[in-house]
Amino acid sequence: MRKLAVDVVVIGGGSTGAGVVRDVAMRGYSTVLVERADLGQGTTGRFHGLLHSGGRYVVSDPLSATECAQENAILSRIQAGAIETTGGYFVCCPGDDPAFADKFLAGAAATGVPAREVSVGEALRNEPRLNPGITRAIEVQDGTVDGWQLVWGAANSARHYGAEILTYHAVTKIDTADGAVTAVHCTDLKRGEDVVIETGFVLNCGGPWAGQIAAMAGAHPVDVVPGRGIMIAMNHRLVNRVVNRCIYPADGDILVPVHTVSIIGTTDVKVDDPDHLAIEPDEVQQMLDAGEVLIPGFRNSRALHAWAGARPLIKDNRVAAADTRHMSRGMAVIDHTERDGLDGMLTIGGGKLTTYRLMAEHIVDAMCDKLGEKRACRTAEEDMPPSGAGKNYVVTHRLEEREHDRFTEQIICECELMSRKMLTDALAAQPNGSFDDLRRQLRLGMGPCQGGFCSMRATGIALETGHIDIERATALLRLFLKNRWLGLWPILYGDQVRQTALDNWIFAGTLDVEHLPPPDPSVRPEPEIEKKTPVAAVMEAGVRS
Amino acid sequence: MTEVNDRPATTAKAGLEFAGHELSRASLDSCVKCTICETQCPVSAVTPLFTGPKFIGPQAERFRNGESVDHSLDYCSSCGTCTLVCPQGVQVAELNSQARAVMKADHMPIRDRLVSQTTLMGKLMTPVAPLARWALGNKPIRTLMEAAVKVHRDAPMPPAQSQTFQSWFASRPRPATVPTRGTLVFFHGCAGGYFEVETSKKTVEVLEHLGYEVLVPRQGCCGLAQQSNGLFDEATASVLKLCDDLRSSGKDLTIISSSGSCTGMLKHEAHEIMGVSDDRLADVGTRIRDTMEFLLDLHDAGELPTDFAPMPMTVPYHAPCQLKSQGIGKPALEVLRLIPELTVVDSEKVCCGIAGTYGLKKEKYEIAQAVGRPLFEMVKATNPDLALCDTETCRWQIEQSSGVKTVHPIWMIHAAYGLG
Repeated sequence: MRKLAVDVVVIGGGSTGAGVVRDVAMRGYSTVLVERADLGQGTTGRFHGLLHSGGRYVVSDPLSATECAQENAILSRIQAGAIETTGGYFVCCPGDDPAFADKFLAGAAATGVPAREVSVGEALRNEPRLNPGITRAIEVQDGTVDGWQLVWGAANSARHYGAEILTYHAVTKIDTADGAVTAVHCTDLKRGEDVVIETGFVLNCGGPWAGQIAAMAGAHPVDVVPGRGIMIAMNHRLVNRVVNRCIYPADGDILVPVHTVSIIGTTDVKVDDPDHLAIEPDEVQQMLDAGEVLIPGFRNSRALHAWAGARPLIKDNRVAAADTRHMSRGMAVIDHTERDGLDGMLTIGGGKLTTYRLMAEHIVDAMCDKLGEKRACRTAEEDMPPSGAGKNYVVTHRLEEREHDRFTEQIICECELMSRKMLTDALAAQPNGSFDDLRRQLRLGMGPCQGGFCSMRATGIALETGHIDIERATALLRLFLKNRWLGLWPILYGDQVRQTALDNWIFAGTLDVEHLPPPDPSVRPEPEIEKKTPVAAVMEAGVRS
Repeated sequence: MTEVNDRPATTAKAGLEFAGHELSRASLDSCVKCTICETQCPVSAVTPLFTGPKFIGPQAERFRNGESVDHSLDYCSSCGTCTLVCPQGVQVAELNSQARAVMKADHMPIRDRLVSQTTLMGKLMTPVAPLARWALGNKPIRTLMEAAVKVHRDAPMPPAQSQTFQSWFASRPRPATVPTRGTLVFFHGCAGGYFEVETSKKTVEVLEHLGYEVLVPRQGCCGLAQQSNGLFDEATASVLKLCDDLRSSGKDLTIISSSGSCTGMLKHEAHEIMGVSDDRLADVGTRIRDTMEFLLDLHDAGELPTDFAPMPMTVPYHAPCQLKSQGIGKPALEVLRLIPELTVVDSEKVCCGIAGTYGLKKEKYEIAQAVGRPLFEMVKATNPDLALCDTETCRWQIEQSSGVKTVHPIWMIHAAYGLG
């Protein structure tokens, strides 16, 4: 058993937790972040990559609009390398009420969200695939963000201030004594070791899992209502700006160019369990129809992958009016002292990735208040590594890098132009990582071939460089392929079918992956949030039989 | 995506906007990474400077957004082999040509503007043909030229002629025979008008021998050299002007050309690479036939006289890339095999290396020579005196590099019909 003692334990390694642990560390507290899987593996890694301008909320939620606009400007500066300042359009599509654009412009002016109406001709010139029937277009400062880089940037910044980041550490128990938190128990899933962290304060940043965490401390049930949303990545950038429908926020009204793909999203369906998120066929069709409204011919484009994420919506009737001090409509800080008679724990819910830094500021302010200390938040002022130069990400970056090292570097993932050195560096930094851990940092297997060509190369290199043995190689390759498949199955139509057939011939035919010797029982697959579809379940059953 | 681009790309800006946005960009969705294009690319086979068609095509295109960061794509010769061999229908070469046009838009080398002026070269050289031939064969002059405009000193140059094809056509005695088969329009192209005059003459004489009336309207350049050098604005203007020229002879007439690469420009390249979507181009593009394609069509219909004189010899034949790109197979091979006692050996080589103007350029000359070397060896070994090939610059490349006289296949047909 490993023992630690810190001022503050942050539970949850999504954007909120990473932002919180950074803020806590920058204010001079000793702190540890614990996450049961990899950073950004939950909600943060399952969104559509939009850095809101605030435009989406100027009519429906003015306070969120203002917060988004302010945070957009801050993040684009302090995390430049994770953010592409694409700009965005709100467009009135055929059948949409053009008068909504007037409400939009008035709302933008009132909330401080930069917005400017442009001519339809200008919008169509800049985005030639847009529906030529649009009647109005408003330009906003939407951007796109790589959630994993955002989270790792915050985590690395926190480390710089002395924080410890423990991924693959599942919280098993929260000790309390005399109405206050005293320790957090975890299991180190990679080593199978118990870890006890003595602490006086827990910041619960579990997002959709926050209710389960609060329950471990004996708090009254926190009513988390995970809202499931599905997204689909299309093979290339059909637009180079974020394109939103200029309507009251609805399903499938945003198309976001992130890295090399464009992502259509999203739906919103209440679910019971954030660990079991289905990708329903009718929702896939709904997204493709929605894409067709924005981009005629959308359905003929190649879909690469679908996924579902759970929004961390918290509904809490027990929150007293006094507690709303640190709340906005989009986010909520739950004070367990008044609510449950439990000191030393705060839970945060709601919010959105764009405002993750502000959420952290709110909850850490609340903690300082409870501790009776004045320690100012400095997170908005300081750049995070590695984006110190302040240069925003652009989609041409990797192509430019490969142009420079083309005589010396092998390319391992051809779709996403990942070099051998990028892979070996990441393997060295995360020696126990799964290929999905590497994928989130490198985009390994996220392009059109969905791992068909790169996954066996990556496996070979990991083995050859001694990072894994043959048993683990088998287990990791199978796990990676299985996880890719879960996102492929729901969108198997058109061009992606041919790719998947070829990949299947390679893996099932040439490499006969299904009949490799079974992995050593001691090699446990990492916990992976399941995206169960009925068909995936059937497929797994088939593999077992 | 949208099948028809109804926005005519009549300016460079429109042409460049087209680049990366429409048909070809959509076709990258069909790439399954099989790498067949890479295995067949003649350029990446001989130099590491070129990163290969799959890399600069469907892969790199996903990373492009107006800004050009991968300058090595200029080592693509635009031979089109990748598109031809792709089993999935990806327009690899077209993607690359578009990306290059975008890349060169703001810093077009003077040399690339010069070598695309094919009509101008003809007009300047014809009146002083002996001098031009001497000068272009003179080492010190070519060395100066290499230093000044970066055209390699050993690269093949168009052979200047004293009389243009148009001048011959206008001044020759009218054919004695009365046309019995109808009327054709002949498109000679810049090279066929100024440099490969003999090929144009022989084509017209064969067509007339078969009983056709041949019309030769005044005609300009198809713009292919401009297109392959990324000058989409000029190329678009040229090709549409040419369509007007060719349409002036009459509607519904079949158009014949012995310039295989110019035919390809009209059939598909102007539309697929530059996004020119214009009824005039669609009209001309569907009416034009390569000469040997036309003769094979006649033969297939049982309408080609095969009273060929025996030609007891063995000749190598090389099918040019831009002919193969038209999806018509190798019609010359089949037609030539009708000549008794003539043995035609298919080179079965991918490319001669020249790719229009690619192999002229100082920085690419050695690559082009390396690409063509197996072909040059094959040609020399097969017949040291004569080789056959359908397109002009390829013939000049083969002749210059192998020392073997290289002519259009129509020369054999012309001779076998006893026409001179």
